[in-house]
Amino acid sequence: MSDSLTKFIFGRLSWESLPLHEPIVVATFAVVALGGVALLAALTYFRLWGYLWREWFTSVDHKKIGIMYMVLGLVMLLRGFSDAIMMRLQQAIAFNGSEGYLNAHHYDQIFTAHGVIMIFFVAMPFVTGLMNYVVPLQIGARDVSFPFLNNFSFWMTVGGAVLVMMSLFVGEFARTGWLAYPPLSNIGYSPDVGVDYYIWALQVAGVGTTLSGINLICTIVKMRAPGMTMMRMPVFTWTSLCTNVLIVASFPVLTAVLAMLGLDRYVGTNFFTNDFGGNPMMYVNLIWIWGHPEVYILILPLFGVFSEVTSTFSGKRLFGYTSMVYATVVITILSYLVWLHHFFTMGSGASVNSFFGITTMIISIPTGAKIFNWLFTMYRGRIRFELPMMWTVAFMLTFVVGGMTGVLLAVPPADFVLHNSLFLIAHFHNVIIGGVLFGLFAGIAYWWPKAFGFKLDPFWGKVSFWCWVVGFWLAFMPLYVLGLMGVTRRMRVFDDPSLQIWFVIAAVGAVLIAAGIAAFLIQIFVSIRRREALTDPTGDPWDGRTLEWSTSSPPPAYNFAFTPVVRDNDAWWDMKKAGYKRPLSGYKPIHMPSNTGTGVVLAAFSVALGFGLIWYMWWLAALSFVCLIATAIGHTFNYHRDFHIPATEVEQTEEARTALLAAQG
Amino acid sequence: MRRFGTLLLLPLIGLLSGCDFVVLAPAGDIAAQQRDLLVVSTGLMLIIIIPVMALTVFFAWRYRQSNTSATYAPDWDHSTKLELLIWAAPLLIIICLGALTWLGTHLLDPYRRIDRIEAGQPVTQEHKPIRVEVVALDWKWLFIYPDLGIAAVNELAAPVNQPIDFRITSSAVMNSFYIPALAGQIYAMPGMETKLHAVINRPGTYTGFSANYSGAGFSGMRFAFHGFSPEAFDQWVAQARSGGTTLSRDVYLALEQPSENEPVRRFASVDPDLYNAILNMCVERGKMCMNEMMSIDAKGGLGLAGVRNTLPLEYDKFARRGAVFGPDPAYVASICTAEEAAAAARAARGNQSDWVLKDLSPLRGAGLLRPGVASLRAEAAMPSASQRPL
Repeated sequence: MSDSLTKFIFGRLSWESLPLHEPIVVATFAVVALGGVALLAALTYFRLWGYLWREWFTSVDHKKIGIMYMVLGLVMLLRGFSDAIMMRLQQAIAFNGSEGYLNAHHYDQIFTAHGVIMIFFVAMPFVTGLMNYVVPLQIGARDVSFPFLNNFSFWMTVGGAVLVMMSLFVGEFARTGWLAYPPLSNIGYSPDVGVDYYIWALQVAGVGTTLSGINLICTIVKMRAPGMTMMRMPVFTWTSLCTNVLIVASFPVLTAVLAMLGLDRYVGTNFFTNDFGGNPMMYVNLIWIWGHPEVYILILPLFGVFSEVTSTFSGKRLFGYTSMVYATVVITILSYLVWLHHFFTMGSGASVNSFFGITTMIISIPTGAKIFNWLFTMYRGRIRFELPMMWTVAFMLTFVVGGMTGVLLAVPPADFVLHNSLFLIAHFHNVIIGGVLFGLFAGIAYWWPKAFGFKLDPFWGKVSFWCWVVGFWLAFMPLYVLGLMGVTRRMRVFDDPSLQIWFVIAAVGAVLIAAGIAAFLIQIFVSIRRREALTDPTGDPWDGRTLEWSTSSPPPAYNFAFTPVVRDNDAWWDMKKAGYKRPLSGYKPIHMPSNTGTGVVLAAFSVALGFGLIWYMWWLAALSFVCLIATAIGHTFNYHRDFHIPATEVEQTEEARTALLAAQG
Repeated sequence: MRRFGTLLLLPLIGLLSGCDFVVLAPAGDIAAQQRDLLVVSTGLMLIIIIPVMALTVFFAWRYRQSNTSATYAPDWDHSTKLELLIWAAPLLIIICLGALTWLGTHLLDPYRRIDRIEAGQPVTQEHKPIRVEVVALDWKWLFIYPDLGIAAVNELAAPVNQPIDFRITSSAVMNSFYIPALAGQIYAMPGMETKLHAVINRPGTYTGFSANYSGAGFSGMRFAFHGFSPEAFDQWVAQARSGGTTLSRDVYLALEQPSENEPVRRFASVDPDLYNAILNMCVERGKMCMNEMMSIDAKGGLGLAGVRNTLPLEYDKFARRGAVFGPDPAYVASICTAEEAAAAARAARGNQSDWVLKDLSPLRGAGLLRPGVASLRAEAAMPSASQRPL
């Protein structure tokens, strides 16, 4: 085959693109390949393909999509955490002339991949999954506003994740840090495929995130049960609404800035180049206009989780519901006025720096108010220390420290000495692990029985809890210390031997966190094995307060046989107190959306398009783009979009539940 | 149990005391003031953080389910007094912190010339600052002393108790210039100049490095910063001058090539226009300087003819590859000879480097000069500080 033909077909992909010279990657690939083959074989052996395709992959049920998001987040957590522990190990041994075990080429990819994966493919899917599962149930709806769009959004997120995972074995990932600042990420300094993988993975996943944001806003605004005014919405729904407003307002900025970076790299425009009028600072400016709201996109829903958990497990109404809502809204607005604090040290004037420093500090006021509200919800309560509540208390004690160091970094002169240091790394892990991750574990433990009909095993949950909490403090307090010793981030080797002990402690902490993750997986496994003993037939295991606890666990496909009517903000609590009786007759057929495989197909073409663009296989890019558009148009001719669940089937389902409840007494 | 816990902390204290907390115990006055702000802010925030943490633990314990003697008020969910308190307490702290931030940010603005050598010792006419031009290269640091005509790679020195004026730029990608013992960091960016004003008070050797990841050789982008007594500094300068090598444009272009873990190198003399050419990205002969381009554009530009004023680029730091669909890499050609351009650039710079003592009266906010260009203009307009109206 002639050279030009090979080049036409494969673009810049060649045998040299495969990282066969990196033994670590080859070993990882072997393990992943073996695991993958075993998984595929098992699926085939147990004849699960049809089941997965019909019941899950093509499902437009928000509950199933929510669970798939959580699975995606968990799988990617394992990848992102492997990167973390490799970094910790490298930094713990690269002293006294040792180069450690990772070369710069590999190490630089690892810290970039760690950041990208943890934010975009762990935290985002977890948060989106939780909102997807819980929000429609909390507002008494049967599904989200646009069920097909929901499925499509999920598969686009998967598509982005697939591209990132591909970069591990085919080519390489970006070596630029997780925000890929130019000029380093421009074609002149990063001519390889790494940054292109970065751009296209985020663009593909970004479509999913934006669409899912639109979907959830619409759901919350238009599909609330009768009587649920805005000020009667559960706090989790409120925080979800604010998060999705942030998503819709900020993700287009990310899309635009990455598109401009892409244009610089592909067609030689000069948005962010050093010469020809380009300015890399514009990139930094724009990406942080997305980047700072992103932080609140991640944390706000978890503030909602903590509100639900605190009030449920304290057996009390949430203290200061109104001020909680206003605090959330104020945070949403202020989160757009602080982005410059990420680059105080780029030479803006003192007045600009002070303005952004002070707006940043102002955010701590509503956040502080929230902490106090949870505190006074616990006050005069009857606190049951089940797992979700344990996570919440751990969050309150951990998060305030992260908040304090955050305000410290908002003081520009202090930032001048701490910016880009390990103190900063400790700070944002303190709020992301202490806030987002702890909140997710609280949320998972809290809503698991709703999703599967049995509780999670408390013993392994507690093992996981203690490993995570202690591991977190061990892993990140040394980084605060190192930051005060002037140690900067993303270093691969060190020459001051007195620092080593701190990195060793941090590595031990990371190992403990690994144990925490393992315990969490064991917890899920054990709980599934012991599901009979852990079963919860009532649908309301925690004496809950919001509507999701009024239906069965797991809820039927249609969520509620009768749309509930809401009279108070803790709707289900109010119904229970008023002696609510389930209606046992008068069922009507329920109108439901049909499953479709279009989302999977569209996402697959998007991945192919991204892959073609990354490797300069123009025929592939053009072909998959045409297929993408054709499929999208073709889907509009699909008239089998909905069906009715017959009244008899609803009746059977509900009667089964009546029998189950009666058996409880 | 508690005693046991304290015992566990002992080795930790031992660890902490063995470390060099350079950010908390710096040797330069600017870094020391930044440290003070750090400590005061932490103290202010602890006023609210400690009670919150204590209350969390106390409430969690007191209102546990098994403690049936504690009050249980399931429907109590509002108290105007408490709401006022929980919004007002953080607000008051933030007002204090905000005021501190406004003042501190202006006083410690890296673009602002320093007004004191250390507490109680103001800058006087005797303290002529030493000027250093800093260039972040892939992956090493170049320091040019324009007044002394010397330069060094990966080694920086300054006499103690003398103001240092840094002008900072970068050759290729973003870096951040940071000597924790001296002062906070500031980014080094290609085609742009940032400034830092600082002073070192205690003699010694400190570490400086890039605090912003810049590629493969980033970890090795470290240099020694020597705070010398005036005599020792003169000796260091003499030593550099005795080396005899010159940092010409050609030597610079070779130096600029990416390299890792560069040893210390000193240059006895430097092309006087080199820094300006680096900053304006026209070290290569025949390339139009950025400031020249900007001044042409400010006068209306070259019109359509200017579009064709480019030449193909063969080399740009790395082996430059153009974008796949883009035009071939090019650069804007100079429209005058390099010597003419250099002379014009010198003229354009004018006498801005002349040292004029700044107004040292206490900061009042309203009368505060804007940093950077505006203050230079103000100084040019008002040659003597004593004549300035306050």
